Amino acid sequence: MSFARQVLVVALKDLRAELRTKEAINASFAFALVVLLLFSFAFDPEAETTREISGGLLWIVFAFAGTLVLNRSFARELPNDCLDALVAAPISGAALFLGKAFANFVLVMAMELVSLPVFCIFNNVGTPVSKQLGPILLVMMLGTWGLTVIGTIFSALTVNIRLREVMLPMLTYPILVPALMGAMLITKGLVLGHPLSGDLVTWLKMLMGFDLIYTAVSLVLVETVLVG
Amino acid sequence: MTAVAIEGVWKFYGDYPALRDVQLTAEPGSCLALIGRNGAGKTTLLRTVAGFSRPGRGKIKIFGTDPRETATRSKMGFIGHGISVYDELSALENLTLFGQLYSLPDPRKSAMEWLERTGLERVRNGLVREFSRGMRQRLAVARAFLHEPSLLLLDEPFTALDDRAIAVLQRLLREALAAGKTIVMSTHQLREALELASHVALLNRGQVAFHGPRTPEMVSDPGYVYARYGETA
Repeated sequence: MSFARQVLVVALKDLRAELRTKEAINASFAFALVVLLLFSFAFDPEAETTREISGGLLWIVFAFAGTLVLNRSFARELPNDCLDALVAAPISGAALFLGKAFANFVLVMAMELVSLPVFCIFNNVGTPVSKQLGPILLVMMLGTWGLTVIGTIFSALTVNIRLREVMLPMLTYPILVPALMGAMLITKGLVLGHPLSGDLVTWLKMLMGFDLIYTAVSLVLVETVLVG
Repeated sequence: MTAVAIEGVWKFYGDYPALRDVQLTAEPGSCLALIGRNGAGKTTLLRTVAGFSRPGRGKIKIFGTDPRETATRSKMGFIGHGISVYDELSALENLTLFGQLYSLPDPRKSAMEWLERTGLERVRNGLVREFSRGMRQRLAVARAFLHEPSLLLLDEPFTALDDRAIAVLQRLLREALAAGKTIVMSTHQLREALELASHVALLNRGQVAFHGPRTPEMVSDPGYVYARYGETA
């Protein structure tokens, strides 16, 4: 079986299992919507400052709600010792990792795509976001891939730790700081109506670099993480 | 070529040596029963042989190759303490998934065949979470045998099985042996294991206390190996 097919089989398995139980996605949606609602009460939607901090607010929601999905990624394999069967199967650790990362990416993106219109309504930024929708979606995809890659590899690393729900955010957020900074600043610029040029492009390149480097590092390390 | 060659294997949990200089071999077509008290290192040894973790020292070769090589893994079937199938998927979806992961030519057809052989064809579309314990165990057996492995690694395979599942497993193991496949199993069910075994290894505190062919005395008195070699290490 080709590498791409192995990745697809693992990703579809995870998506199918999640769609049957909805345990991670429901928690993630609920968390995101509640936080967006609370932010809308905390900040005046008419104020210019709200627009200026909107990128930060949005990515805080994405990062925290996304972790709820990522926490389940390898933890899903624990009941019945399913991880043993995956590690024993003749597929590479890289295929297993990428399959899980793609499934997580789809789930986190789904949460983000539902949250974005809610965010626009609550913070009165519907018009600027709709004008810059393409670039904003690009930033969402790049930022989410970074979040997903880091979250998936650390989900594998912490899967056998008793306090993994606590450990995963503690390990992932410090590493995610550059990616989240980039995503926040680009989103803020786009919401304020700036075109995707100049400093925003520099941040975008940094975000791409972050994704490439951490994807490559994760692919190299995953076998060691899983088997030792 | 030796099916399983374990050469001077040590495995540490922290500073504690769970396996101490283990030397064992299993020839193709043989059935090695790995016996020992709780904590003797049977599960650790089987998991290390299966490639779930690497030995601290020493070497393990499966048909002359490293257990983590992709080609080697496709020759191994493992039944551990868990059933290693997904509760959220149906029996057919589970077996088809593993058929795909093992690159079987027609995963769905192979899955259907094994569901029939393990008596689960009527519940093929039922979710595993709705299965009884016996049905789940039979599905685990089907998963391990699905890709027709040359080497079966079984960690206490008869534990918690109902009569029907024991009968299914014993029949499949006999068929596997008749087909020249190699079996390494750890067990506390000495009678069932010794009936199948061609060789016996006794582990005591992570060391091999005895390794040799199964003798008629062992079959007539399952406690014979423990009485003869158990306390000497």
